[in-house]
Amino acid sequence: MQDLLRDMIFPALGGQTLDAAEDAAILEMPSGTLAFTTDSFVVKPLFFSGGDIGKLAVCGTVNDLAMVGARPLYLTLGLILEEGLPLDDLERVLASVASAARDASVKVVAGDTKVVEKGKADGVYINTAGVGVIPDGTNVSITRVAPGDALLINGYIGDHGMAVLKDRGDFAFEVALDSDCAPLAGLVSDMLAAGRVHALRDPTRGGLAAALKEMSSCSGVSLEVDEPAVPLREEVRAICEVLGLDPLYVANEGKLLAAVAPGDAAAVLGAMKAHPLGRDAAVIGSAGAGKAGRVSLTGAMGSSRLLRMPSGEQLPRIC
Amino acid sequence: MRYIDEFRVPAAARELLREIDALDARGTFMEVCGTHTMAISRAGLRPLLAPGIDLISGPGCPVCVTADADIDRAIAVSKKPGVILTTFGDMMKVPGTEDSLASASARGARVRVVYSPLESLAIAAEEPGSQVVFLGVGFETTAPAVAGTMLEARRQGIDNFQVLSFHKLVPPALRALVGLDDFDVDGFILPGHVSVIIGSDAYAFLPVEFSMPCVVTGFEVTDILQAILRLLKMGASGASLEVEYARAVRPEGNPRALEVMSQVFEPCDAQWRGLFTIPGSGLAIREEFAAMDAGTWEVELPEPTRSKGCRCGEILCGRIKPMDCPFFGGRCTPDNPVGPCMVSSEGTCASYYLYSESEGPDERGEGADIGR
Amino acid sequence: MCLAIPAIVIELDEPNLAVIEIGGVRKQVSLMLVDDVAVGDYVLVHAGFAIDKVDEGEAQKTMDLLQELARLEQEAGFDEIH
Repeated sequence: MQDLLRDMIFPALGGQTLDAAEDAAILEMPSGTLAFTTDSFVVKPLFFSGGDIGKLAVCGTVNDLAMVGARPLYLTLGLILEEGLPLDDLERVLASVASAARDASVKVVAGDTKVVEKGKADGVYINTAGVGVIPDGTNVSITRVAPGDALLINGYIGDHGMAVLKDRGDFAFEVALDSDCAPLAGLVSDMLAAGRVHALRDPTRGGLAAALKEMSSCSGVSLEVDEPAVPLREEVRAICEVLGLDPLYVANEGKLLAAVAPGDAAAVLGAMKAHPLGRDAAVIGSAGAGKAGRVSLTGAMGSSRLLRMPSGEQLPRIC
Repeated sequence: MRYIDEFRVPAAARELLREIDALDARGTFMEVCGTHTMAISRAGLRPLLAPGIDLISGPGCPVCVTADADIDRAIAVSKKPGVILTTFGDMMKVPGTEDSLASASARGARVRVVYSPLESLAIAAEEPGSQVVFLGVGFETTAPAVAGTMLEARRQGIDNFQVLSFHKLVPPALRALVGLDDFDVDGFILPGHVSVIIGSDAYAFLPVEFSMPCVVTGFEVTDILQAILRLLKMGASGASLEVEYARAVRPEGNPRALEVMSQVFEPCDAQWRGLFTIPGSGLAIREEFAAMDAGTWEVELPEPTRSKGCRCGEILCGRIKPMDCPFFGGRCTPDNPVGPCMVSSEGTCASYYLYSESEGPDERGEGADIGR
Repeated sequence: MCLAIPAIVIELDEPNLAVIEIGGVRKQVSLMLVDDVAVGDYVLVHAGFAIDKVDEGEAQKTMDLLQELARLEQEAGFDEIH
């Protein structure tokens, strides 16, 4: 274990606090309100087009912090490794963690590693905790969506879930498609500077549908979404048509749903489109004064349907 | 996407709705294909149709019509040591008497979701030490694919691949429904892809013997609206069988697919969940393929329980509405479904529940008429 | 019971297999249930099998009908305005 730390983990993740090899990271407390999150990552396969479990762990944690308007600062990294995991794979994962941390301007300051017997942990499980600071005057909350707010998304939905499904190999299809896994704190910062962003949610598990339902329920407003306005790649649409999946329920790892004061929607949209992670941003709907939890989707014909909360994993169907 | 996008023409759909309204006619029409139920719900079609035009969901998808005892058998097979049960995703959450494939899987049974029976065969080839059983559900759209897979298993000499056949046939079910005393439906929206296989001629008996209007229909909103328009017009001109889905359906169907299907399967009586046993409405694996028939295995099945009070059968026949069932919304909810109408997320009761939950008991907004 | 998608055949493989393409996605399907399939044909794909060929002539007729209906809807819109 000591060898693993010394020969692999420290060099890959090297940063001052990690190298100190104390039992706990010693950090300067930034002034302001702290944001604190934790998350665990189990993904199959470990390596997929556009990312891997390492990148996913960093981005997922950073994005949780970004969703409350925090500037992410420090991450912990807990690794549970399956005995027999090829060292090359571990090296790749660590390199991804390091690279993603650099891109997100965060430091991995503490960590832990455990090895479990063969047959457990699916290769690697990762747990993280993340801490960030919320700048004064920032007030982003899932409870703050107000009737009239514009709903914005920063790009194409469904890329991550379908890329992982493709690489898992269960349903034997080929397509050029990458996960959208990316750290969003920089984009969020630009958005907050451009206008009044009331609420943010990253549509990860359960997809955009879950994020919409949660926003609606937590803020006590209804949401109306213009389905044709939701950016969707042809490839993701095609996979979903073939397998009978609804792209609204497919996981994303580089997307955010924002509720923005209506007067600022154009400015915030402009800021998003000017950022590399928001080029395909779009306004997809608005909040209304209807019942909490009520999310309606208007189709191309002008007719609408109500959105259900996803229950469990979406499975391919023939019916 | 070619041959999909060109049929999604909102302006044409609006025009069809206008022409339907202009007829000023009434009618209750039944679709018997789960995919039609889904398409109608997704498009929010019901509230757009004039009052007096009702669309009701008949017994039309594997989720809805696979009998409790059949699910129990699939679960029991999955629990046998050395068995990998493979299934379409649709079946994972369907409740049997005690549990579902999903919950059995969570407790250690080896259950894998596949998109195609051929994937199941591939698993059998990769895992020679296991018995791979494919859960065969679906109508005539799917049965030829399962039959083809079994022929392929034989051709490749793969002997650890078996099938549980709970396939069902549409025309005998239609015949049984139409023959019911109080079957009060003005026409059928017939399943487009089943018809690709069996051909539109298979439904000739409906107008001829029962004066029942019917239209073989595709799955886009424009297809369904065209079917409704045609069915309403038949109210005046008389019952007949029309094919709206001509781009995919021929009068004689697909003879090759029918031939493959009949090499492996033969008709048998079958129990339709929530309904009754319909003669000749199922597919059994022929004697020559008995070695691939997992239905012959000895398994322990739980005691069947009669859910007294569940009125799915009457809902499926179009006799009553979800709120007329004593279990609706109380004992029977989407999270804890009793019968098929609530099990399927797009089933009559599940759809009605969704709308009533979102509107509240005192508000009757758009969508509240779902499930009539 | 009926999810089947039209896709174009881009490659034929032995025995009785084809690669179809839709929206940039490629998949291998079985041709056991259809005769005389050629590259460039459109087939309906269900559960990993081509279950029949699309009748492109009939498809065109329906597409033309829909365009005509769309045109009528446009005119109805103008009539209302005037």
